[in-house]
Amino acid sequence: MSATRTVTVASSQGLHARPAKLFVEAAQGTGAQVSIAKGDKSVNAASILGVMSLGVEKGDEVLLSAEGDGVEAALDTLEEFLKTDHDEA
Amino acid sequence: MSYDAQSAMKGTGIGQGIALGPVARMSPPPAAPKDESSTLSREQEAARVEAAIQAVAADLTARGQSAGGQAQEVLEAQAMMAQDPSVTEAVDAELAAGKTAEYAVHTAFAEVAEQLAALGGYLGERAADLHDVSARVVAALRGEPAPGVPDPGHPFVLVAQDLAPADTALLDLNHVLALVTIEGGPTSHTAILARSKGITAVVGVEAAAGLADGDEVIVDAAHSTVLLAPSQQQKDEAAARVEARKAAQAAPITEGALADGTPVPLLANLGSPDNAAEAVQLGAEGVGLFRTEFLFLSSETAPSVAEQRESYTTLLQAFPGKKVVVRALDAGADKPLPFLNDAEEENPALGLRGLRALLANEEILRDQLSALAEAQEATEADLWVMAPMVSTVEEAEIFSRFARQHGLKTAGVMVEVPSSALLAEQILQISDFASIGTNDLTQYTMAADRLLGSVSGLQDPWHPAVLRLVREVGAAGAATGKPVGVCGEAAADPLLAVVLVGLGVSTLSMAPAALADVRAELLRHTKEQAEAIAAAALTAPDAAGAREAARTAAASHSPE
Repeated sequence: MSATRTVTVASSQGLHARPAKLFVEAAQGTGAQVSIAKGDKSVNAASILGVMSLGVEKGDEVLLSAEGDGVEAALDTLEEFLKTDHDEA
Repeated sequence: MSYDAQSAMKGTGIGQGIALGPVARMSPPPAAPKDESSTLSREQEAARVEAAIQAVAADLTARGQSAGGQAQEVLEAQAMMAQDPSVTEAVDAELAAGKTAEYAVHTAFAEVAEQLAALGGYLGERAADLHDVSARVVAALRGEPAPGVPDPGHPFVLVAQDLAPADTALLDLNHVLALVTIEGGPTSHTAILARSKGITAVVGVEAAAGLADGDEVIVDAAHSTVLLAPSQQQKDEAAARVEARKAAQAAPITEGALADGTPVPLLANLGSPDNAAEAVQLGAEGVGLFRTEFLFLSSETAPSVAEQRESYTTLLQAFPGKKVVVRALDAGADKPLPFLNDAEEENPALGLRGLRALLANEEILRDQLSALAEAQEATEADLWVMAPMVSTVEEAEIFSRFARQHGLKTAGVMVEVPSSALLAEQILQISDFASIGTNDLTQYTMAADRLLGSVSGLQDPWHPAVLRLVREVGAAGAATGKPVGVCGEAAADPLLAVVLVGLGVSTLSMAPAALADVRAELLRHTKEQAEAIAAAALTAPDAAGAREAARTAAASHSPE
């Protein structure tokens, strides 16, 4: 089973530093095989180095792809995560 | 290597502290593994890598938890990098080629780090994190201690080759009893950190290379020594001094004065308005030296009058009704500024620097004085301005004229060159005050570059030749009725501070961390006793002799 979803990133620092770490933790927590792509570059969402190397900024569109069990639930979780600003507080 | 328990190792003490405790060494990064074929199977090597990475990740996570806050975020991110799939894949590729676990880890991390570095910016900086993780995993594979700042789980004396800014950023100062470095001099990063945080430190202790983890040492900054395996009596003495110092730090903050009530205002040296609040908290009665270089150092061109006014106003607002001495831009030599002087000089310390450079670029000086005058109008502080590195009476006269033209009330000079110390009386007939910069005065008196380790032995403000010049300035102050201050490192050495007062110095300015020690020492001596201690120091043939003579003279009237 596989699925994809396009999400606009809301964190004011994009996916750097702390939000990148939190996103990778969330991706690992879903149990599904998730990749995240910006433009034509796609990386393993469980790789903090990969995610950081995408250089995702606030307002960028990213494409999430998931394979495995419960992909819709996994994508729901990650979409919710990306739509939240994790640099507040 | 072994040491005679009674022979202390010598270095350069920073500050007056003393500490007793076990050594923890900062381990150097492990040597790069050689490219050799493994004698183990691929599966066995893979298992070794996995175990080492797990251990390193667990260690980083645990250290993060105990550190908390931002350090925790950084360390947990490092733990994730250690387990990153892109690294694991690169390691597997190396193992598949029959390499050892050590070589595979080293090469794989280096490869990924290089990719990150190529991306530049924030990611480029993470390359350094990866190198650190790599060194940790390699050390774990070899069973060596983790490189970097140690964390033995109890307070320790940190012994390092030298400390880089990155090392000290991760240092938990609550656990560091003292710093000892094998290399580095009084101007090293370690020395600067120790001075600003008030940490006991002795730097440039070559013999400390032989110290091992767990060795018990006494680090005595006041005497510039590190003593290995001290006797019980020595330990008791050290513990008593630690307590006495704690008491001095906790003593109520009073205005600086001698035992007979002679006031000696204690002021702070500041390099930016940000530290003003801390200085006030530590009892600074004003600012004796505000360095303005921070406004200029990061720029290609001089900052505008408006920008400068804003910074000066912030500073002055922290000291309503108090004296704040601002030094005009002191560039050149060790802090060159392209817009001020871009000529290649053979001897920059003897070149177009200080006031000389400002007079060659009058607009920069006039802008600074305008900004200061505007800040003076806008605030309640008592603003004094002074010119850096004045060497002639004429320069003092020109600076005073400029300052008055801009509406500044009090204008003085820094005495850092022997010529102005010797002509202090003529200068003080024109200038409103003099402030002695002992670091440069020592450099120029002893003809010893203060940044050069090989002649650092001569860079000692206790040298009687330097003290005699201070006496000239003190006498000139008395003759003209003008105040004379000291704003160099010398003022932060408690006993030397007493000597300076004995030589006629009326105010002392120092790093705020040193205020408590100096305040306590001044209270032990009367004006007459301070003069006797100074007289004893002046008769010595060298710096060590002067220090010893002052100590003996001080002990003769003080119970300690």
